[in-house]
Amino acid sequence: MQTDRYSLFALLREAMRGNTGWKPAWRKAAPAPAYDYVIVGGGGHGLATAYYLARRYGGQRIAVVEKGWIGGGNVGRNTTIVRSNYLLPGNEPFYECAMKLWEGLEQDINYNAMVSQRGVLNLFHNDAQRGAYIRRGNAMRLHGVDAELLDAQAVREKVPFLNFDDARFPIRGGLLQRRGGTVRHDAVAWGYARAADRLGVDIIENCEVTGIRIEGGRAMGVETTRGFIGAGKLGLACAGNSSRVAAMAGLRLPIESHVLQAFVSEGIKPFIDCVVTFGAGHFYISQSDKGGLVFGGDIDGYNSYAQRGNLPVIEDVCEGGMALMPRIGRVRLLRHWGGIMDMSMDGSPIIDHTPVQGLYLNAGWCYGGFKATPASGLCFAHLLARDEPHPVATAYRLDRFARGAVIDEKGMGAQPNLH
Amino acid sequence: MRLTCPFCGSRGVEEFTYRGDATVRRPAGDAGAAAWVDYVYLRDNPAGPHQELWYHGAGCRSWLVVTRDTRTHLISDVRAARAVAQAEREEGAV
Repeated sequence: MQTDRYSLFALLREAMRGNTGWKPAWRKAAPAPAYDYVIVGGGGHGLATAYYLARRYGGQRIAVVEKGWIGGGNVGRNTTIVRSNYLLPGNEPFYECAMKLWEGLEQDINYNAMVSQRGVLNLFHNDAQRGAYIRRGNAMRLHGVDAELLDAQAVREKVPFLNFDDARFPIRGGLLQRRGGTVRHDAVAWGYARAADRLGVDIIENCEVTGIRIEGGRAMGVETTRGFIGAGKLGLACAGNSSRVAAMAGLRLPIESHVLQAFVSEGIKPFIDCVVTFGAGHFYISQSDKGGLVFGGDIDGYNSYAQRGNLPVIEDVCEGGMALMPRIGRVRLLRHWGGIMDMSMDGSPIIDHTPVQGLYLNAGWCYGGFKATPASGLCFAHLLARDEPHPVATAYRLDRFARGAVIDEKGMGAQPNLH
Repeated sequence: MRLTCPFCGSRGVEEFTYRGDATVRRPAGDAGAAAWVDYVYLRDNPAGPHQELWYHGAGCRSWLVVTRDTRTHLISDVRAARAVAQAEREEGAV
């Protein structure tokens, strides 16, 4: 199935014939009456799931149904950061699995996703934070992941333009993961879509799920705006809207949908060559290859499906930016936007069976879904194909809240006071 | 987004703190684990009108029950949480 590969040879050939031979990256598939696997949600996670199902688990007759168009949801609305600097044993192997997949992604899917391991630097500002980052770094190294503790001088050499001697939040050092960085988010969606399409996956756009047909406690398929589609196994990968879709199967989830805003400045000369996060507020920043500063902060903090937020959080994010690097104060904001996050109640994701037979759930990514994309796809494909969790995703169970086995990585989630 | 506090009038959302779904009710102490899991963790999370608790911390420090459409952020109703709870109690007593 692997035809018309992108390569230097293909580039030269098309240059010679006026670029007339390029084909669409994926077919505009029309829904068939039934598939072995139907994935609801054509975002990064859904497309990656379909790709790994076909590629690694020998899945056939696979469809991805998407209510809008590919790249229109959260996969195109994040700040493109990838990292695996987690603390807890339930998380770290999973995110490291994602990082390893990012490192081989472009060869694997034959698509330039601009994977850039430019380093992720988390700053600390006091002794307690230094202690916490030493612990986190050690936990990472015990899992075989790279982590380096930098003192203030080393941070100064790497990013000299920060506000080091701020009276309130002086920078004392940072935890650096050199293998972290950024990936072009749209290219991830397009690349997985193209690679899955080449393996025979039907990517059905503009096809909104309106109901889930359940007979005798078993999911039979989905009602959509383009008719009924039967499914041997049905996987939901529609974070942001997980509660709405799961409600069609009578499920209530431990999730609230919240809006997270992100920002891009006008393009400026090369300035920041890594990802920097502020330790005294919630602010993270990197610079895109076009020169724009890409940054973000906290969720707005109230339930929302509106894909746009409010001004107080914009002000809060910009205050964080000014506290960290005052020299960006004169840079003009070019764009800002909002995405809808599945805020799970413990801040960690869910990849699991549901009480409905044949219905599987991939949800609750909070605002950390992008970096997880490849591993989320791989682990969800594993669960769909084998009916058992992937070894690196055994903690992400739906019943962990009832069992008291929450994964409290940062005390985040929709309401931090729940744990 | 602005909320019209019944005591203070129209105020910017930055004066308020959000506390989530106002329709969940604390179960009885002996209600069993399932009811408590439901109360603590599970939410309807609707796309549409949503009754939610806001606290006017930088104003009159009242708890409010706000009805807001989560698709548009349009607010259709703001009432004092105390009044909502009293009405509910009276309804229960009848």
